[in-house]
Amino acid sequence: MIVVKDLHKSFGNNEVLNGITEHIQVGEKVVIIGPSGSGKSTFLRCLNLLEMPTSGEIFFDGVSMTDPKTNINQMRQKMGMVFQHFNLFNNLSVLKNMTLAPVRLKRMSKAEAEENAMTLLRRVGLEDKANAYPSQLSGGQKQRIAIVRALAMKPKVMLFDEPTSALDPEMVGEVLEVMKELADDGMTMVVVTHEMGFAREVATRVLFMDGGSILEQGTPEQIFSNPQEERTQIFLSKIL
Amino acid sequence: MEYYTQWKAMISSGEEVAFWQDFYVKFYQAFIEADRWKQYLGGVGTTLVVTAMALVIGIILGVLVAMLRTAHDQQLPGHRNPLLGVLNAVCTVYTTVIRGTPMMVQLLIMGMVIFASSRNFTAVGALTLGINSGAYVSEIIRGGLMSLDPGQAEAGRSLGLGYLDTMRYIVIPQAFKAVLPALSNEFIILLKDTSLITYIGGKELLYAAQGIYSRTYEAMFPLIGTALIYLALVMVLTWLQGKLERRLRESDRR
Repeated sequence: MIVVKDLHKSFGNNEVLNGITEHIQVGEKVVIIGPSGSGKSTFLRCLNLLEMPTSGEIFFDGVSMTDPKTNINQMRQKMGMVFQHFNLFNNLSVLKNMTLAPVRLKRMSKAEAEENAMTLLRRVGLEDKANAYPSQLSGGQKQRIAIVRALAMKPKVMLFDEPTSALDPEMVGEVLEVMKELADDGMTMVVVTHEMGFAREVATRVLFMDGGSILEQGTPEQIFSNPQEERTQIFLSKIL
Repeated sequence: MEYYTQWKAMISSGEEVAFWQDFYVKFYQAFIEADRWKQYLGGVGTTLVVTAMALVIGIILGVLVAMLRTAHDQQLPGHRNPLLGVLNAVCTVYTTVIRGTPMMVQLLIMGMVIFASSRNFTAVGALTLGINSGAYVSEIIRGGLMSLDPGQAEAGRSLGLGYLDTMRYIVIPQAFKAVLPALSNEFIILLKDTSLITYIGGKELLYAAQGIYSRTYEAMFPLIGTALIYLALVMVLTWLQGKLERRLRESDRR
């Protein structure tokens, strides 16, 4: 579904990604772990071109994302993204947050979009917040809404950029719960996270990144119980 | 009317009159005699027209310059657009020159040098004020655009919304709310600065007052009257600003 070929990304002279090649299949739940500064978030943000790769190619559904002729806005409609800092639109109510893109991009009529949004809100237990504004919500509620806002576009893949890192500890659970349900529904997911419990439970594949490349990958059992690379061992010993 | 002629005659013949009689005569002279209130009214009309025209010019220029400069600053290293570089340089010169020279001098240069042959002082005045205001408005708007968390625009783009839709529905409404107090300040200054166009012959409110006191040799009432009219206009603007702010604050309810 997503094919990445020799992806490089530099900020000025700082090379953040140096040559990543990766295939992500339909239905996979790929969890990316690694120390901070290893390029995990940059890699994820390159997938929907929020960061423009310096070189290399990315294909989504067989279409080259990096080709300047590709309509990138159309491609992004099929890729939901959830951010560390939620990024709900502060000037819009929860319902408007969820219906703006589907209606504006003519994916649904207003009535359809609202019905779809309410169904999604019910799924995460926040239907009573439909008319609230982001400033009235807790961090956990914001992130759950950010997830269903992305789902409202009916994407084929969901990208999560450290979705629980900015949350108070007692709110991490409710967000991970929503993500687990999503995984059980068969959504293709790429998740950058420090939640090793989540990785162990949900991931079909874990990638360990360090220094701008994928150092090691495998099933959660392989990575967590029997890491091959020394860097992976050191990283895991520090956080587990 | 009779009292006015009677008391005026008493004053000019050197007779003692009561304070209120003197007040009445001067007030009558400044505002009522020869329907002078119509001149003030005409002046207020011109003031409002000039303010409105300058406001429109200022906002258009300001938004344009702010967008250009922000777009230029947000370019990725290695992906710089040379055209944007040139436009950015033009914008920088514009803001530097306009903010670096006095309003009054700009007005005189426009009125006496560039448009020396034009008799349409109101339009020249409005244009000058608009160009002047645009430089300040652009910096205010640029500040608003920069203050907004880039994550807001990123979230919009990640949903597939285009640059313009993201600007229109997400970035600009929030930036506008943030800069409204500074923008209102600029508009209040603009409204009051219209009084300067008197010096290139614009027939606005102060021009009317000057015409009247040069005729009656009594400056206090026309000037105080003018001041009060400006004050009233600014208070109306401030009231409107407050109303708008309350409406925009809807999304801040906690």
